[in-house]
Amino acid sequence: MGKGFLKKLGLGLKETRNYFSDGVAALFFGRATIDADMLDHLEELLIGADLGVEVTERFLRDLKPCVERKEVSDLVSLKKKLKKFMVSILEKERSEMPFSVSPKVTLFVGVNGVGKTTTIGKRAQKLKEEGGRIVLAAGDTFRAGAGEQLALWGERVGVEVIRHRPGADPAAVAFDAVSAGLARKSDHVLIDTAGRLQTKNNLMAELKKMVRVLEKAMPGAPHEKILVLDATTGQNALSQAKLFNEAIGITGIILTKLDGTGRGGIVIPIVETLSVPVTDIGVGEGADDLIPFHVESFVDALFEDTPQG
Amino acid sequence: MLENLTKKLDSIFKKIRGKGLLTDKNIDEALREVRLALLEADVHFKVAKSFIEGVREKAVGKEILEGLAPGQQVVKIVWKELSRLMGEEGKTIALSSQPPTLIMLVGLQGSGKTTTVGKLARRFKREGKRVLLVAGDLQRPAAVSQLQTLGKGLDVPVMDPGTNKDPVIVMEKGVKQGRKEGFDVVIFDTAGRLQVDEALMAELVQMKSGISPDEILFVADAMTGQTAVDVARKFHEDLGLTGIILTKTEGDARGGALLSIRSVTGAPIKFIGTGEKLEDLEPFHPDRMASRILGMGDVLSLVELAEESYSKEQAEILEKKIRKEEFTLEDFAQQVKQMKKIGGMEKMLDMIPGARNLKVLPDQSRIEKEMKHVEAIISSMTDKERRIPSIINGNRRKRISRGSGTSVQEINRLLKQFYQAKKMLKRMSTGKMKGLGQMMSPFG
Repeated sequence: MGKGFLKKLGLGLKETRNYFSDGVAALFFGRATIDADMLDHLEELLIGADLGVEVTERFLRDLKPCVERKEVSDLVSLKKKLKKFMVSILEKERSEMPFSVSPKVTLFVGVNGVGKTTTIGKRAQKLKEEGGRIVLAAGDTFRAGAGEQLALWGERVGVEVIRHRPGADPAAVAFDAVSAGLARKSDHVLIDTAGRLQTKNNLMAELKKMVRVLEKAMPGAPHEKILVLDATTGQNALSQAKLFNEAIGITGIILTKLDGTGRGGIVIPIVETLSVPVTDIGVGEGADDLIPFHVESFVDALFEDTPQG
Repeated sequence: MLENLTKKLDSIFKKIRGKGLLTDKNIDEALREVRLALLEADVHFKVAKSFIEGVREKAVGKEILEGLAPGQQVVKIVWKELSRLMGEEGKTIALSSQPPTLIMLVGLQGSGKTTTVGKLARRFKREGKRVLLVAGDLQRPAAVSQLQTLGKGLDVPVMDPGTNKDPVIVMEKGVKQGRKEGFDVVIFDTAGRLQVDEALMAELVQMKSGISPDEILFVADAMTGQTAVDVARKFHEDLGLTGIILTKTEGDARGGALLSIRSVTGAPIKFIGTGEKLEDLEPFHPDRMASRILGMGDVLSLVELAEESYSKEQAEILEKKIRKEEFTLEDFAQQVKQMKKIGGMEKMLDMIPGARNLKVLPDQSRIEKEMKHVEAIISSMTDKERRIPSIINGNRRKRISRGSGTSVQEINRLLKQFYQAKKMLKRMSTGKMKGLGQMMSPFG
């Protein structure tokens, strides 16, 4: 783990860290021991981070006997307990893709406005810097301006973008992009999709069709199906994760806008219920602000005392 | 939207509904559950807390009104408090007496500002107003072209920002153009803010003083979590919001953010976005939303929708037909079409009291499919067959099934349903509608 990476993580998570670190520290102001009133405040702190009622209640249930046995009695031990709890949930085996596939086809899905197109742009830039050959697919043929947005990223990064007319069948766009990727011996095909609410059966069916068509274009594709989640989303993110997973089987989650106001606590119940790992997090507007998610550094960054920077 | 919360509250009140007395203990128990349900619905914890306190104060020690069971009384108090928290009856945008009315939309990135600009433009245009759109979002790649595409589709002009990179200057130019060319409404899009960043807020404040808008509307995503409170508060403090538009309410988001934003800003909720299409923008009705949360359904909205898509004359003709027993398969097909217009089963189920609590909810996509089949079958019949269904014999059934791509069994089932519907309609038109009336009254 490089120093630059940790710095970026620390800066990007400033808001979230301030919330957790200051919040936990504030619990001990004017208090020597952990009492019922303080546990109430702790509950609010966790709920306020969008951890959800269930996970919060479970942590408090776990905590109570530790407090009685005096294992947890001060700021240091409480932080340690909280970190351990979060790490235990977030740590999921990540099944690595065999790197022999070429091109590796990745499908990006999610509800409206979570930052799918921007995420694809950032990832394209990174892969390009690593020397990869990339094709982008403008699979959002619905939203006005979505194709242009991806095309602009394509220009900026210097990679080819496969586009059809607005309103065209997104599965056809995806098919063409994979065909182009195969013909040009590309390393990666990144496919954008229109934002869709997870409860819209017809749109979810469209997504299933895209996956079927991709399999026809290249057996085994799409190799990765990434759900993009907005860190400011509340408990509805759970429903998003569940329904997208039921429809196409998610292989990873990218959490965006973590540098914003969102605290991203919602990933904890999601990872717990779905056992799908978080692969990357978006911590800034720049192309290099999409960084790999590393559980220990992430949780450490949340509870750091002295901000790096 | 809020149906999950509805379900939860319903089950809580079922527990105390049967009890004879409102005791401190059973109120506490119910309110604890209400609080958890609100938190799960993303209502901010402080808002939830004050809400619960408000309800408790009103519930404990209050005499039980005659005619109301104690449980019903708690339901009523919760409903009232919920309505109160969400504000007064639906307020929309008042047009300025000196046009153009200047409307500025602000909000976080991805909340749906640009789409909402299009929806508002469509609404004003339909009212016969001349609308000008101005892009104040010069940062996001393609934001301007998104607005231009929307404008083209609606046939509403979009001011060209040219090569100008300063959004404040662009917006001031928009005001000038709006005045000079006699527009009724000018709607300003602004760049999405990823966070409540001082520099970017300062820019919004500059825009505000540059154009002095009549309305500053905060566009918020119904799926927002606990941070909704902080974000809304900051926007309100710096800009003085005049209203809120809640987007993406058609999903299964419980929409607690709505309660939070409303309670910290005090600004009225003016519209809710209910779909991706430009016509999917509805006025907000706090009382109806409160009813919906409590599982009392949104009967008023349903009635209005039905009225909108069903003219009075049509209804009268139908009634006459039913009375004279002239209700034909054609009318039946018409009914199916109306149902589709209202928005299909899913939308209706949301609005019918208690429908979400049915143990076995019929698969909605299956119902929609069946409705399509019904249409296809009836379209494949001759006029005579539609008027006099009794002539449809085996051969005719075979022909219809080939024509509509359905099976003979499906046609048999449809005819059976039709005869049943006819019988039921006749009974309804002659008998009393007592059952229906009871269903519509929330506390009856």
